[in-house]
Amino acid sequence: MALNTMKEGHDGSGLGLVLKDLGGEFAKFKNMPILSGIASSKGLRDLDNFMYAEGFEEVHMWQPDIDESAPEPETGRRDHYFAKVYDYPQLYRDRPRAVQEDLLLATRLALREMGEADESIFAFSFFPDIVTLKDVGDPLELGAFFRLGDGSLQAKIILAQGRQNTNYDIYLYACHPFFLQGFCTMTNGENTAFVPIMEFLASRGFPGYMGYNSDSEVFAHILHYTQRQLGYPLTYYKDVITPLSEREIDTRKDAAALRLIRRSLRPLCIDGPNCVIGFTPDGSVFMVQDAKKLRPGVVGGAPGKFALMSEECGLDEAVPGRDKAEDFSPMKYDMAIVTPGARELKQWNQLDAK
Amino acid sequence: MEPATRLDQNHELSLREFPYIVRWRDGRCTRCGRCTAVCPVNAIEAAPHVHRRVFSEGGTPNPKAQREIVHVVKQVTDIDRYCTGCGACTLVCPNEAIEPEYNPRHKFLTYKNKGGVPFRRGGRRNDPTPSTVDQLKFTRISMLTDPALDAGRHEFRIRTLLGRNLPPEKLPLKKRGGRLAVDPAAGGDGFIPPVREIYPIRIGSMSIGALSPHMWEGLAMGVAYLNEVEGMPVVMATGEGGIPPRLLKSRFARYFILQIASGYFGWDEIVHAIPEMTEDPAAIEIKYGQGAKPGDGGLLMAYKVLKLIAQIRGVPEFVDLASPPTHQTKYSIEEAVAKMIQSMSMAWGFRVPVYPKISGTKTAMAVLNNLARNPYAGALCIDGEDGGTGAAYNVSMDKMGHPIASNIRDCYLDLVAQGKQNELPLIAAGGMGKTGNLAANAAAMIMLGASAVDTGKHIMQAAAWCFGDEYNRCNLCNTGRCPRGITTQDPKLYRRLDPDKVAERVVEVFKSADVELRKIFAPLGRSTELPIGMSDALGVADKEIADRLQISYVV
Repeated sequence: MALNTMKEGHDGSGLGLVLKDLGGEFAKFKNMPILSGIASSKGLRDLDNFMYAEGFEEVHMWQPDIDESAPEPETGRRDHYFAKVYDYPQLYRDRPRAVQEDLLLATRLALREMGEADESIFAFSFFPDIVTLKDVGDPLELGAFFRLGDGSLQAKIILAQGRQNTNYDIYLYACHPFFLQGFCTMTNGENTAFVPIMEFLASRGFPGYMGYNSDSEVFAHILHYTQRQLGYPLTYYKDVITPLSEREIDTRKDAAALRLIRRSLRPLCIDGPNCVIGFTPDGSVFMVQDAKKLRPGVVGGAPGKFALMSEECGLDEAVPGRDKAEDFSPMKYDMAIVTPGARELKQWNQLDAK
Repeated sequence: MEPATRLDQNHELSLREFPYIVRWRDGRCTRCGRCTAVCPVNAIEAAPHVHRRVFSEGGTPNPKAQREIVHVVKQVTDIDRYCTGCGACTLVCPNEAIEPEYNPRHKFLTYKNKGGVPFRRGGRRNDPTPSTVDQLKFTRISMLTDPALDAGRHEFRIRTLLGRNLPPEKLPLKKRGGRLAVDPAAGGDGFIPPVREIYPIRIGSMSIGALSPHMWEGLAMGVAYLNEVEGMPVVMATGEGGIPPRLLKSRFARYFILQIASGYFGWDEIVHAIPEMTEDPAAIEIKYGQGAKPGDGGLLMAYKVLKLIAQIRGVPEFVDLASPPTHQTKYSIEEAVAKMIQSMSMAWGFRVPVYPKISGTKTAMAVLNNLARNPYAGALCIDGEDGGTGAAYNVSMDKMGHPIASNIRDCYLDLVAQGKQNELPLIAAGGMGKTGNLAANAAAMIMLGASAVDTGKHIMQAAAWCFGDEYNRCNLCNTGRCPRGITTQDPKLYRRLDPDKVAERVVEVFKSADVELRKIFAPLGRSTELPIGMSDALGVADKEIADRLQISYVV
């Protein structure tokens, strides 16, 4: 449905899905990491061998029930689309969550490196309760190809983008949404400050800050950096990517901290036009805009079901019965946050921060 | 055999050897004498010539010849009084009768070493070719994939940070009720370095002493106006030689960077004034080197050390004031420099950023890495080979030093590799605005990795009509005979300069540079923070420069 609602906005260049809070056949594997990817037959053999050698124990595998009558993806049908559930290697089963996450990241990066040159393996995510699906082509046709409507994939939080990176060659790793250790974003718009941001992130010494096949990937990494690495509350994401001026900072209760953040994270300022939609590990989903040029973006719904969309018409289709007067389009200083479990929509304002 | 030198003048120079030849037009000259009076080097003088005049009187032709004595304006061939091409004569001539003309085939340097003394001058490198910075273009234009910003409508924050920024991982922050608060116990070592938000183009170090009181006052007034009326936080460095005590104790002190150099001139007065200061200065600059004359010390000639200068510097009047080429207390960067940075920080209770300024050099990265590890170092200012000076040996200016572009780029990329690109700001100096493109040069340096740039000679030219150029025009700063009244302590000369007009021009130059910076940043899609290190916006039509600076090669 998510793709269907976007049909008026997408340009038919691809499909990207990240699913969180999974139901269906994944419901019983809540704490086990799921590796989502695409592989050739050779790639899958290499992958299985590698995972076995690393001590990961495969406990379940999902593969889309491909509709052979539907049109193929533009880059051709791949041999294997999969989401494999693993149990951690023996040594890691009782380790702290952060250590497990770092192992998952290192494993995913190793798989990426193994299969990147010959495109035999694409490893999109390797994380508990997360499934990623990406391919190139018309999103609706891809949806039919993967039979996404058959109910085998169910999730409470769905990040879907029907338009892939249009500014560069189409490449699977450049497809939105971008995911890193529980943090995920997708973006509309070009990122003019890409190079300084990318250089800053890449120099943090964190192995996951790599790739950058798309200038939008940094939005997910900034989220990861400010939240996971620095431990900031979610609203500070907005303060980092669109910092207030010194004078505006003075109006905030946390002015002293904010001033230090603005200075120390100066290279992470974006200059738009970008609408960023993302989620965090606790299940918060948010939308923010850049400070000047503002791409379309609207949030609406009711407790239990909210949608964050780039088009109002998409919102109408996703949550038809909602109170439209409550729809919220975040502007320059705003952040729309749907709290975990889709309990409520919070409107947070940088200048009016309580 | 006795040489016949006196007969054929064989050991004298001809005018062809001189860099400028004065073109004087007899028919236009009214013999008013202004040109000879104004010439700062007495290169021209009134001289009698004997002319043979043929004339005829009466109704029928009846030519007669008559010899008469006429007064002409003559250029001398004494190399100590060479015409510098300043053009002050042209400026004062009421009848456009006189003008110096550059002589590209001159052999000036061949002869300008009388008494075994090499040529000394003021100014900067005599090299009129465009610098590398001047060849850089901004080639990443946002249009459709990213709607361009509007330089006139959008809000632009053209500001930079002077002082050390803590790495984000070391910020002393603690979460309290969904909000972050500063808590010294939360991280780091409890020290939060002082940081100033300033305008990214600064006025570089030029001392009171090297500059005339009117010039310095004009610059200072312009800076104060920019801050207080225009809201542009432009700061200005004092150069070595102190600062007028009244200014130091005033609220305007915060617009000034106090420089301490190897002679420590003026610092006894500054240190004693600290208890009476009402505002902290913008920063402290420790000068270890100067781009125009690397490895050469400063010298303020005795005749420039008048009462005011003597008072400010804390020295007797009319003595030569030599600053040694290096700080005499400096024996290592690990210790002596670190101690000096700490001492200066301590003097203002660690509330003022302290940073060193060095001349551009191949070894800049060694300095950089030491500073990167020194938590008290607030920045690194690198002064490239195109920097200016009031007095230096010509060879130091022309042949010594390092171009600024690759020096800053190497340092920035080195910081990037360490993840410290935002911690230690780099300030680029030397040749900014060399050909009048101050804003473009500043923007290019910023995109190569500088946090700010300094302008010295450009602002002297733009604000006080300085004659100097890269054809050795004028460049008399060292003589105390500046025809514009900029670098002189002679009241007869500096009263030619109106401080109010200088201040006005400073404001005009900065305001127009600000508009130009917006015109550069807007199409690049940058407005909120300075595009430091945004190297993907730069291009150059020279493959080797592109490769060296790691920017696009465009043709």
